[in-house]
Amino acid sequence: MRFYEFEAKQALARRRVPLPKSELARTPEEAEAAAEQLGGPVVLKSQVLSGGRMKAGGVKFTDSPAEAKQAAAEILALEINNLKPAGVLVEERRTVEQEYFAAVTWDTRAKRPVIIFSDMGGIDIEEVAEQHPEHVARMHFSPSRPFPDFSAKLAVANVGITGGALNALSRMVAALAGAFIDHDLTLAEINPIGRLDDGSFVALDAHMDMEDEARGRHTALLDELGIDDPEARKARPPTQFELDAAANNDADPRGIAGNLVEFDGNIGLIIGAGGGSLTLFDAVRAAGGKPANYCEIGGNPSVGKAAGLTKLVLSQPGVDKVAVMMSIVSNTRVDIVARGVIKGCIEAGRDPAEAIAIFRIPGSWEEEGFVILDKYGVEYVDRSVSMHEAAARAVAKVAG
Amino acid sequence: MSILVDRDTTFIIQGITGREAVTMTRELLDYGSRLIGGVTPGRKGRDVHGVPVEDTVRAFTEREQVDGAVVAVPPAFAPDAVNEAIEAGIKLIVVVTENIPRRQVAQFVEYAKQEDVRLIGPNCLGLISPGKTRLGGVGGAAESTRVAFQPGVIGVMSRSGGMTTEIANSLSEAGLGVSTAVSIGGDAIIGSTYAELMPLFDADPETKGIAIYSEPGGRAEYELAEYMAESGSKLPVVAFMAGRFMDEMPGMRFGHAGTIVEGRADTATEKITNLAAAGIAVAERIEEIPQRLKERIEQIEGAS
Amino acid sequence: MAMFIRVDIDDAVRQDGDLCKQLIEVCPVDIFTLDEGGRVSTVEDNVDECTLCDLCTDAAGDGVRVVKLYRE
Ligand code: SF4
Repeated sequence: MRFYEFEAKQALARRRVPLPKSELARTPEEAEAAAEQLGGPVVLKSQVLSGGRMKAGGVKFTDSPAEAKQAAAEILALEINNLKPAGVLVEERRTVEQEYFAAVTWDTRAKRPVIIFSDMGGIDIEEVAEQHPEHVARMHFSPSRPFPDFSAKLAVANVGITGGALNALSRMVAALAGAFIDHDLTLAEINPIGRLDDGSFVALDAHMDMEDEARGRHTALLDELGIDDPEARKARPPTQFELDAAANNDADPRGIAGNLVEFDGNIGLIIGAGGGSLTLFDAVRAAGGKPANYCEIGGNPSVGKAAGLTKLVLSQPGVDKVAVMMSIVSNTRVDIVARGVIKGCIEAGRDPAEAIAIFRIPGSWEEEGFVILDKYGVEYVDRSVSMHEAAARAVAKVAG
Repeated sequence: MSILVDRDTTFIIQGITGREAVTMTRELLDYGSRLIGGVTPGRKGRDVHGVPVEDTVRAFTEREQVDGAVVAVPPAFAPDAVNEAIEAGIKLIVVVTENIPRRQVAQFVEYAKQEDVRLIGPNCLGLISPGKTRLGGVGGAAESTRVAFQPGVIGVMSRSGGMTTEIANSLSEAGLGVSTAVSIGGDAIIGSTYAELMPLFDADPETKGIAIYSEPGGRAEYELAEYMAESGSKLPVVAFMAGRFMDEMPGMRFGHAGTIVEGRADTATEKITNLAAAGIAVAERIEEIPQRLKERIEQIEGAS
Repeated sequence: MAMFIRVDIDDAVRQDGDLCKQLIEVCPVDIFTLDEGGRVSTVEDNVDECTLCDLCTDAAGDGVRVVKLYRE
């Protein structure tokens, strides 16, 4: 779950990371008042969960409250990568003499957290690492022991920084690492850190991502930051169809029939589970099919849950048929899914024989499942027909 | 031969009285695995399908040789269960549990490394050496496991539990069979990566080739590519890459927790290029895997 | 309406209080319930969820029959 910049900055402020003065505005009038209050030139930044904010016109510099109001109106109306801003951050504008980059993230290969620090901040760090490797320091630390402050110092010192700057920057990096560890973040980044004309350092922009699995442990922080929409914090906001599918999935704890993502195609998919759904989605596209949705079923969902998902997928405009496919199942039962999808068709007022393009779920309880499918005239195949072949047959059928 | 386990491997299940674990117990016993006990705190003295239950791991390790542990407890308790098994001296731990936060996974992975413990998972279905033993639910019911996993010459490593079976089935149908198959887990941080298991397959005289199932997210495929280049491994490797569609949707997560693309290098396209450059064949479909492996094994055997 | 499964319960079973309780307890998908008269009956919405686990017939013998409508 990604945090907005203003939320990430609040989390950093609690750890005494120095920040420029700022105010969140939800309307142009609030932005005007904030600029008035801050006095002097300000920068207005779209609070949006997307990169490329600057390029898209989501950041503006102004010199008067009236200009700030105008700029805020433009920013608030601007969608970036289809995402609406939650507000606009009005921040005092300071003279920056140098920019630095600091991040803490997981090195999944080393299986440890890593500090990345550079004295060339503000630009794409992957590029800096390629072209000026001596300006990027990496320092791993143990996930088990208390955070070693010296590793923050080493990261900063390794790009050649000493004197008062070393101490000030090390403190910021250690605070960032503290947030990373305490809040189960997958990324904590300050980019850039600015050195101001008075020699002090401030965090000019901040980015944090919290691991979804750990969200339940951090309700205190989320409450304090006023975050009540974690489900909406996706790379794109969920559609009504996706929300309905989540409700269907949550209504019954047995198994999974969800993670539905809407696409703009004509073939409905009831596919699963983790790796199988990735494979099958690719297979449908490789055969020239246009999926109307991605989803995952697995963990032995109930008949009702599979039926609900089927009904929902069939209700999509432009979707006439669904393909029901999984890799060989061991825990999910073929007969239970067969009952579910057939029931879903019938409840949607459709003939299963015609609405189900293909049923390819081999594995546990398949004999029982195949009897059910026979009875309703649904075309099914066993494990001797590969996932790709089954997908191709479904696509051909939908194409007529 | 096989890697990690053989016919005599003894093991316990932590969390044996859970719903899924009870089913797994039945399936493992039917398969012939030497499952000697289970742990659920407070349930000492009971049994699950005749397998004795104790409160602690030490209750077993103090009286008999325990080679492995399968951890099947809910995510909130899983890290402690893993630590308990390590502390009790068990050297092979399979963590089935999913949804354990990354930091906690990293912590027990670190502990396991310090104690020379081989950790598989989390978020996996375990491993199987066909005809010998199986730790974890991979394959499901014993009968259908025997169909999909026939003894043979290919080592399988997969980030997806379900696809482990699908790939093994294609290898079995083609007459190649499986030496050992490992469901390595779908999380961002896992105990054993492809590259970390490869030396074991390299050392196994029975394994003649490797099939891997791969996904977007993470850098494990790069690590494998580097291993292949640096180690001089003779085993032909064929990879299947799922989730190609995700390249168009950065930042979204599909399937496993580990699939989120955090950088350009994490995408399917980049990984395929990199694997191919390291001499690893990338199959377009599952059913191509056996054929590609056969060709490469014949090439190698013809050359020697 | 259940379309795949029908569960028939004999009157003798319905009148046996202990057996009724046992049925409610063993069924993993809550197909059995007590009606107002204190006799066991089936929950129509749950019948299709039957896992064919036989725990009810193990408890009640021939007095309970799980019928697979799709095999009729
Ligand atoms: S067979 Fe099992 S699931 Fe079906 S009614 Fe009987 S107890 Fe319930």
